[in-house]
Amino acid sequence: MLILAVDTSAVASAALVSDDVPEGVLASFSTEDTRSHAEVLAPGIQEMLASAEITGEDIDALVVGVGPGPFTGLRSGIATARTLAFVWGKPLHGMVSLDAVALEVAESTAAVPEFLVVTDARRKEVYWARYTLEDGRLPHLEDGPHVSFAADLPDLPAFGAGAGLYADSLDCHPEFAQEQPDALYLGQFALARLAAGNGLLDSTPLYLRESDAQVPGPRKRAL
Amino acid sequence: MNRSQPLVLGIESSCDETGVGIVRGTTLLTNTVSSSMDEHVRFGGVIPEIASRAHLDAFVPTLEQALTDASVTLDEVDAIAVTSGPGLAGALMVGVCAAKALAVATGKPLYAINHLVAHVGVGLLDGQDNGGGSRQNGAAPRLPENLGALLVSGGHTEILKINSITDDVVLLGSTIDDAAGEAYDKVARILGLGYPGGPAIDKVARTGNPKSIRFPRGLSQPKYMGTAEEPGRHRYDWSFSGLKTAVARCVEQFEARSEDIPVADIAAAFQEAVVDVISSKAVLACREHGIKDVLLGGGVAANSRLRELTSQRCASAGIRLHVPPLNLCTDNGAMVAALGAQLVMAGVEPSGIRFAPDSSLPVTSVSLPA
Ligand SMILES: [Zn+2]
Repeated sequence: MLILAVDTSAVASAALVSDDVPEGVLASFSTEDTRSHAEVLAPGIQEMLASAEITGEDIDALVVGVGPGPFTGLRSGIATARTLAFVWGKPLHGMVSLDAVALEVAESTAAVPEFLVVTDARRKEVYWARYTLEDGRLPHLEDGPHVSFAADLPDLPAFGAGAGLYADSLDCHPEFAQEQPDALYLGQFALARLAAGNGLLDSTPLYLRESDAQVPGPRKRAL
Repeated sequence: MNRSQPLVLGIESSCDETGVGIVRGTTLLTNTVSSSMDEHVRFGGVIPEIASRAHLDAFVPTLEQALTDASVTLDEVDAIAVTSGPGLAGALMVGVCAAKALAVATGKPLYAINHLVAHVGVGLLDGQDNGGGSRQNGAAPRLPENLGALLVSGGHTEILKINSITDDVVLLGSTIDDAAGEAYDKVARILGLGYPGGPAIDKVARTGNPKSIRFPRGLSQPKYMGTAEEPGRHRYDWSFSGLKTAVARCVEQFEARSEDIPVADIAAAFQEAVVDVISSKAVLACREHGIKDVLLGGGVAANSRLRELTSQRCASAGIRLHVPPLNLCTDNGAMVAALGAQLVMAGVEPSGIRFAPDSSLPVTSVSLPA
């Protein structure tokens, strides 16, 4: 099974992952930048497809990170994935973007039985979720995702760029202090879940916050 | 690419309308629009984040509907065009990302297009009042020489001179603060008339006396106007924020005296102030720049008094006013497709997929270079 995975919940990234190749990864790219998704994502995907000599017909399914993440960036990945899936006539699945970091933790020497994945939600808040990990199993999302102040999170080892940002109030793992959700891990996680017969989400974004819009109150009368 | 009668798909997402239009050369095949206007009603104005969320969910269904309505497949499409600005940044981003993905998935060329110039592009579609353009021996309709465009909507208020719709457009004047449609929305809220303000005020104003109160005409004092020889800094510009404040003060005065607020009179007087200053400055700009034909675009083109006074003043200045059908005046994908087709036919190269949306794209950028 060949999957095109896309995530723009923090940085822009995409990957072609397959369970038919030894390493599992045909091609991938990611940017450092968290604000130029609209420019870099489509060219990145185009070049990745070309370098791997893959066309839309070869792809079995698409996976997109549905956040949480800053809204405008998040939407650029979902708009891209939905449109590609529509044109190619392929199924599209959603994954919690924080799952990408959770899988990366699980596959590292830093793995612990219970931990948080934390990313930057801007406005002095973080997006986070709590995962548990049993030997030989995929990380399991126990709680979240949520958006909160870093100081209000459970006292557990914390992984991800959001933890690095608030290292003074969180038990941040230094090797993961800059780690962002990456489509590479999201795609691999999706493959593993599908292989295990587990379902995935649809592509509805996890905004977690309402728009800032306020319904205007009645106008003050002059008196 | 078929450059003589190109099949072009246009995408619009600069404000609260998700539009997909398809044209073949100058023939309109479909103009499919999904609006999030209802979701903004309780806020009394367009909320950018709500509009952006709605674009994301509306895009694929609108695209699918447009292809069905036009009975074309993506394979047949020669080029894709998308509004890359000006507009709301987050809203533009959705359409631009979707358009780029469409280009990647289909391998079709993509044109990044100026929204304001696209409003003029609808004048080139067959079967419209095409800005007085002529069609000879089956050739594509051409826009008249000395063409101007007056664009009035909730997002913009501009007067343009179109030397060439594909590569030479000049901004003569624009609002320096609120757009006219925005002023309508704010005043409608002050008067308790609901959203969108344009139609609500237009309706109530018909029963009011526009001369009962005189509201200020922004930027019309001599120091801003100057003379034809030595134009002031804002000779063809508008400002509506002072007008909105004047309406609020007026309402407060009635309230302070515990008198009933003459809503219809205030609405009529406000509308007269807006329409008077828009039409007088637009006609002045046309006269002083040799413009003989003016195309009216934008949602406020639906306003009965604006159409009436502008056509009167144009007529007495010897200028022809052209008003496309209303569904082509408001934001839509057909206008983007129409301008895209003009660019293809003129041999302009596509923009590629690396461009960034630009919320303040100037009209001098008709399409973005690769
Ligand atoms: Zn517009």
